[in-house]
Amino acid sequence: MTTAVGTTPQSPPRPAAAPDRRRTGPRAWATRAPLLPALVFLIVVTQLPFVATLVISLFDWNSLNPDKRAFNGLDNYASVFTDAALRESVLTTILLTAGVVIATVVLGLALALLLDRAFFGRGLVRTLLITPFLIVPVSAALLWKHALYNPEYGLLNGALSWVGELFGDTTPSQPDWIAEMPLLAVIAALVWQWTPFMMLILLAGLQSRPAEVVEAARLDGASAWQTFRYLTLPHLRRYLELGVLLGAVYIVQNFDAVFTITAGGLGTANLPYTIYQTFYQAHEYGLASAAGVVVVIGTIIIATFALRTVSSLFSEEANRA
Amino acid sequence: MTTATVPAPTPSARGALRRAKRRSTALGLLAWAAGLAFCLPALWMLLTSLHAESDAATNPPSLFAPLTLDGYRAFFGADTGVTPWPPLLNSLGASFFSTVLVLLLALPAAYALSIRRVRKWTDVMFFFLSTKMLPVVAGLLPVYLFAKNAGMLDNIWLLVLLYTSMNLPIAVWMMQSFLADIPVSVIEAAQVDGARLPTVLARVVAPMAAPGIAATALICFIFSWNELLFARVLTGVVAQTAPVFLTGFVTSQGLFLAQLCAASVVVSLPVLAAGYAAQDKLVQGLSLGAVK
Repeated sequence: MTTAVGTTPQSPPRPAAAPDRRRTGPRAWATRAPLLPALVFLIVVTQLPFVATLVISLFDWNSLNPDKRAFNGLDNYASVFTDAALRESVLTTILLTAGVVIATVVLGLALALLLDRAFFGRGLVRTLLITPFLIVPVSAALLWKHALYNPEYGLLNGALSWVGELFGDTTPSQPDWIAEMPLLAVIAALVWQWTPFMMLILLAGLQSRPAEVVEAARLDGASAWQTFRYLTLPHLRRYLELGVLLGAVYIVQNFDAVFTITAGGLGTANLPYTIYQTFYQAHEYGLASAAGVVVVIGTIIIATFALRTVSSLFSEEANRA
Repeated sequence: MTTATVPAPTPSARGALRRAKRRSTALGLLAWAAGLAFCLPALWMLLTSLHAESDAATNPPSLFAPLTLDGYRAFFGADTGVTPWPPLLNSLGASFFSTVLVLLLALPAAYALSIRRVRKWTDVMFFFLSTKMLPVVAGLLPVYLFAKNAGMLDNIWLLVLLYTSMNLPIAVWMMQSFLADIPVSVIEAAQVDGARLPTVLARVVAPMAAPGIAATALICFIFSWNELLFARVLTGVVAQTAPVFLTGFVTSQGLFLAQLCAASVVVSLPVLAAGYAAQDKLVQGLSLGAVK
């Protein structure tokens, strides 16, 4: 599951430091007591399994052949990096994550800019826009697979027929979307679901922009583009970083869309899907664990940056308060 | 051009105003168009769910076919007798109990991180957050092996524990920011009166932070309801949740699109309701409290 990522957030100034000084003794423990259940629970349920994964990753262990279980050092890791399927799924994960994150940030920014102004029915439009995020991921994936992409009766090809009819084309092209562009099909469905997430974060960023500064720039004769380029974008930088990093952390882990739309076929198996398959269908426990550790290391690299960004926003909020 | 001879600032100012107004209307319309376009697949799902199977799967699509609830009747087992209630109730149970457990653990923790702070409380906050950052799939196998040996496979209480750990960091972060807004004097007054911590939490803190706690609960509920990977690996026939049921729902025989869309609508309804209710706090939960 998870493990701790080392960070050193800057401590915002504490309002009352006096009771903190006592490190031991009954008072300190009375302060800590309310925290302990949550902390202990989280360590037991999330950190211990990961330690177990680390240990299992050092064994040659296939559950279909339990007698052969043996310590084999780093052999599983060598297999992870030489196994063609696993290496391909590393590439797929990168393409999938980068594609979804880039598209959602661009779309989310455009939508956030549109929503960052007063117009009739703004609240309703916001509600419409967050709807894709509130469809259960499995439902959304099924919807895209069957109701939109289906080559015979999906809405996409239906729309192509309509347009064809309009121009007197009796044999409009009817592509088999998932077969012809499997990865893009998965990416499009995920972009639809995750754009609202980016939009909400960037909209919050836009609305935290000081209004006086924007007004001053307008009075000084700055064009809309100049205001965006030199005021809005620098202000949004941290929110963009946050959106990209959190988006990446969530999309790297995506399982639902890949599992539902393509079942990992046609070169769309990402690492979570491949690990699931290695352990659930191939019963290669050692290999699956090693691949899991590799994913964790990759995520730690992204997560460290994500945590740093959260930390700087967090201390900013704390200072403001 | 000819107007240049007449010094008339009023008409030109009015022109600029009109242009700005027209531009603003255009951008408003664009926002509406974007909102509708984004919602279109969801609306299509709703419309298809209300069509007869023979009208649902046509090319070109039959937009104006008569509406019927047959898809919903079929989903609830009118023809096959297979009812979706057990998985729906499993999902409800797992999501509800894990949300309750999350709140019970997170409220005191948030108290110790915002009102009466422990030393190095920011480090503790970031420890909570970091557990959320790393892939679920990396701990899946040990959890599976543990469950198998403990006889807890296909049991919703195992999901309750896992969903609690999945949502606890989000809840701690959100509640920390809500509790930090409560004036310390109020809590000190209660403590001077001799109230013990559980009483203070239940009688003073919880009522004051009620809207925030409600939003936290809704977001935790959504994430638990949506979860697929754990449920798929760790449950079978008995404890199967709604998303797992959905993945197995698609049968290859015959027309099924209306029924599938009806199923998707029904399973998504609780999330839509919770999400719309928590709309204002949604972004705070999703960004783990970093954005207010």
